[in-house]
Amino acid sequence: MILPPAVVVPPTQSSPKVTNCMAEISKPVPSITPDLSEFFEGARNNRLIVQKCEQCARLRFPAYEICSNCRSTRASWVPVSGRGEVFSFNIMHQVYHPGFAAEVPYAVVVIELEEGCKFVSNLVGVKPHEIRCGMPVEVIFEKLSDEVTIPKFRLRAAR
Amino acid sequence: MSLRAKCAIAGLGQTRMGRNYDHASPVGFAAEAIQLAVDDAGLKITDIDGLLVNPGVTWMDSVMASFSLQQAMGLKDLRLSATMNIGGATAGAMIMHAAQAIDAGLANVVACVFADAPLKAPTPGKAKEGSAAAYGFGRGLNAAFGQFGVNAMYAFVARRHMHLYGTTNEHLGAIAVAQRQWANMNPDAQFYDTPMSMADYNSSRWIVEPFHLYDCCLVSNGGLAVIVTSAERAKDLKRPPVYILGMGQGHPGGDPMETLASGAPIAKETAFKMAGIELDDIDLAELYDCYTFTVLVTLEDYGFCKKGESGPFVANGRTGPNGSLPVNTGGGQLSSFYMWGMTPVSEGILQVRGEAGRRQVPKHDIGLVSGNGGILSTHSTLVLGAHP
Ligand SMILES: [Zn+2]
Repeated sequence: MILPPAVVVPPTQSSPKVTNCMAEISKPVPSITPDLSEFFEGARNNRLIVQKCEQCARLRFPAYEICSNCRSTRASWVPVSGRGEVFSFNIMHQVYHPGFAAEVPYAVVVIELEEGCKFVSNLVGVKPHEIRCGMPVEVIFEKLSDEVTIPKFRLRAAR
Repeated sequence: MSLRAKCAIAGLGQTRMGRNYDHASPVGFAAEAIQLAVDDAGLKITDIDGLLVNPGVTWMDSVMASFSLQQAMGLKDLRLSATMNIGGATAGAMIMHAAQAIDAGLANVVACVFADAPLKAPTPGKAKEGSAAAYGFGRGLNAAFGQFGVNAMYAFVARRHMHLYGTTNEHLGAIAVAQRQWANMNPDAQFYDTPMSMADYNSSRWIVEPFHLYDCCLVSNGGLAVIVTSAERAKDLKRPPVYILGMGQGHPGGDPMETLASGAPIAKETAFKMAGIELDDIDLAELYDCYTFTVLVTLEDYGFCKKGESGPFVANGRTGPNGSLPVNTGGGQLSSFYMWGMTPVSEGILQVRGEAGRRQVPKHDIGLVSGNGGILSTHSTLVLGAHP
């Protein structure tokens, strides 16, 4: 174990939902921080967009103020295919948030998009122990609230 | 001018480790460790004129930890003070900073300390007695996918290594088992009394695959300090001087999932050149082991084996008590205690001095000590020698 980097952790809105008289705690819903407002607007419209450096054209996600390739501060948001491969994954057995208690063990995947950008997400419809690096995937969208939709991935037929 | 053997580690101070609640905060552990280190060296607290602090995660006021510790201990008229943090590489970096300052005449006796107290004493009525929760964190978007904590990040990198090179859990387990065998000879280790077989490793619960419980380091309360001074002065003190023959840092940048490498190659180049040594000259290696996987990568990056070949390299017990390359001879952070980069530093000092008891390796002229922080993000190398 190593130290957590000194990041400012954006607050998550964790709103308890009551369904069928059973108290069900929902998963954390990400806050729409200013740097990701366009990303979430895209996701609401079922479009996966990432940041593109206007100087060197490198794609990046999450959003950063500076391009790590050319140090330019000029960037825009561009749509990407949403197609890619499982680059790596883990299988979480510990419950860090009660919203995931019913799902352990569950997998978190790193997707490498065809365009070369990486996403941490979930792979829907594949059992954790059946996930393999290199599996071809495509983006789908999961609506968490009126404001927040997040990209997840599912298997696609390999070309 | 080279800093080779200009300075030495003259004192080592180590509090009780693990589930001990001797102090309410890291400041208390740090103060105790510094007093022990000063006593070990045969110096007085008032001899300290430099204070470098690596605060653990539970250190309040960590932005100016060295000042708050100075005040807490009543240290007067320091010539050097800094709070440093490059994660697990900080211990090596503090010693490097101390040696530079001493060689430049900026300070004479520098205390370098790490302390942390993430474990809370059991309280009646509370089910949990404290846990690794202090280390759990998740960024906004990642949390929505259930990605929490450093374990989960390292798991991505380890999985990638397995995918590309065929590394297996048996390979990771070989590190865990070897280090446990060492810990079983170290009375200061949290797992001193607990042997572990490969079967025990394999049946230990998953934390986050591909990591079992015993792939992950311990969580410890404690403090660990060293005293750095000039080689000249160290010769006249109580303990055998541990000469700092070489030092280096390496911070590669980029994506560790792509590189599957640490900053060791960069840090090693600087440190080995200063020390005037080759890999074959190393008698023992104390390698930063936040995970079993980190040891594998570090062995590759120092060149003990080729990139991707560390699994088979360690599979036959090569790094254990009966192996040809003694690695993490006190049990490391996996099986002794978790004081970040100070864990390998302390064991390196004991081995080079020849004071490691039952686990002493027979030839201990030159010890390699590594530190690693972030996700293979920062790295420090120390080459410690029994002779100048
Ligand atoms: Zn750019």
